[in-house]
Amino acid sequence: MGHRLMADSASVSRAGEGQTAADPAEIAFNDVVKRYPGRERAAVEKLSFTVPPGEICVLIGPSGCGKTTALKMVNRLITITEGDITIDGKSVRGLELTHLRRGIGYVFQQIGLFPHMTIESNIGAVPRLLGWSKPRIRQRAGELLELVGLDPSSDLKRYPGEFSGGQQQRIGVARAMAADPPIMLMDEPFGAIDPIARDRLQNDFLRLHRQVRKTVIFVTHDIDEAIKMGDRIAIMRDGHLIQMAPADEVLAKPVNEFVASFVGADRGLKRLRVRTLEDIELEPAPSDGGKAPVITRENSLHNALSLMLAEGTTQLAVTDGDGTVVGGVTLETITHLIAPADEAART
Amino acid sequence: MTALLQPLFAAAGPVIPTYAKASNCIIQNKQFCAKWFFDNFSSRFEPRLIEHLQLTAIAIGVGAVIAFTAAIIAYKQDWFETPFSLLSAFLYTIPSLAFFELMVPITGINRFSAEIALTSYTLLILFRNALTGLRGVPQSAIEAAEAMGLTSRQRLLRVELPLALPAIMAGVRIATVTTISLTTVAAYIGAGGLGAPIFDAIQTGFKTEFVGAGVLAILLALVVDILLVIVQRLITPWSRRRVRVA
Repeated sequence: MGHRLMADSASVSRAGEGQTAADPAEIAFNDVVKRYPGRERAAVEKLSFTVPPGEICVLIGPSGCGKTTALKMVNRLITITEGDITIDGKSVRGLELTHLRRGIGYVFQQIGLFPHMTIESNIGAVPRLLGWSKPRIRQRAGELLELVGLDPSSDLKRYPGEFSGGQQQRIGVARAMAADPPIMLMDEPFGAIDPIARDRLQNDFLRLHRQVRKTVIFVTHDIDEAIKMGDRIAIMRDGHLIQMAPADEVLAKPVNEFVASFVGADRGLKRLRVRTLEDIELEPAPSDGGKAPVITRENSLHNALSLMLAEGTTQLAVTDGDGTVVGGVTLETITHLIAPADEAART
Repeated sequence: MTALLQPLFAAAGPVIPTYAKASNCIIQNKQFCAKWFFDNFSSRFEPRLIEHLQLTAIAIGVGAVIAFTAAIIAYKQDWFETPFSLLSAFLYTIPSLAFFELMVPITGINRFSAEIALTSYTLLILFRNALTGLRGVPQSAIEAAEAMGLTSRQRLLRVELPLALPAIMAGVRIATVTTISLTTVAAYIGAGGLGAPIFDAIQTGFKTEFVGAGVLAILLALVVDILLVIVQRLITPWSRRRVRVA
């Protein structure tokens, strides 16, 4: 597997030190079918796609499209009718069930923390099954709690009932990562959390994912969340995979009317969210003697456009983190970046 | 109460035990003579109190083993619920005095007969509460446990039973208090316990003995119930914590 840890993860001790299990794995669906007895239409029909190691693949589609069913077949919470799912080439059907599941982190909307266990015991649930020592579990739980933005010194001995929904899901994410599984399955993990906390959780999870690479399958019905979270987006309908591509491509070139309407009429605007000013070639800084509004490079094109509209201008000065002006961006640049792909999609 | 029962058990007038230098209180057979009660506590009441506790503990212990096993089976196999419910409900409806009497030809006049009846009465409450508790375990906790790769046995021991504990303990409390009260009747077939002095007193009309044993039975029920509440709090520390922040 090619994906190694990034340098900034040095602060996170690897639970599976010296074990290949800690490396992200490749997940492949091969003609996977799920049929329920007594129902004419298959819940999932001949689903085939591959999630490369370390990527976040978002499954999205209207309710009943089979996205959750597909997700739950990976850890066999739902049994596969036909076809196969492989993890690094090994069939999930051939693996012992408990072994398979202990190697997959699972986060879902209902969170499912054990109310009778302290946070430490919740996070330590899988490590305990794997026979880790108590001090090692405690240390790991503390690390993870810190990683998800909670305070180990005060929170480890508390019970889940003492935390808000957003905090509980942070603990849920920490618990899923406890034994450093190569794979995480996330079934609408932030769906029941209020919008502000959800936004923070999404950002924190992305930051976390950059640190500790996992192969993630992420189910959502929220297209904005899909665009934000997914390295790739797989759009499903009626059990079929309709399109699978990076977010920008899905927005720029929806394969059909269904995808176009699913991603929304404002898909042009949405594309602006996908790219930041770091992703584009900047123009020379505006030569107006510093009158142009200033924006930092890590902002999305969406924010840049928004600032132009708010300031009633067509050009901005772009600065790096230190506040040094490194270039400029104009309305024309932004429209050009978006337009050609759209033209191509229409033809 | 004594006045009501006297015609049944003691047609003659009160027969007060003749003790040397009986106090006025005893001679007049007042409602409760505290001095006599405390003087005779260790010889006449304490052994009965201990017997009473033993009778109750054995009934609850055996009843719990049977009822909890049945509840776990019914939790895993739905069909088992109805037959066991019917059986335990049927046993529960038999009038206690009749039940004790019914056991006599089969198992004799002894503690064993009494324990069979007392145990039978605990089943319905213990079973119902345990099953309700198990079924009330949040589906999300079960799904999480399953997805973590807990075997069904680990799930039962580490997740489902601990989460059912508040309901199970509620059942144990009700069953224990009920059994303490029922055990007094078990003295009717020679099982001993605090019922023995009560039956004695009904025969003799000796009010102090009657009131003393009766009050002891009530106090026993109250104290045991309080102890069980403390135990419940100790083993379910999580159930009292509330959301700290919104």
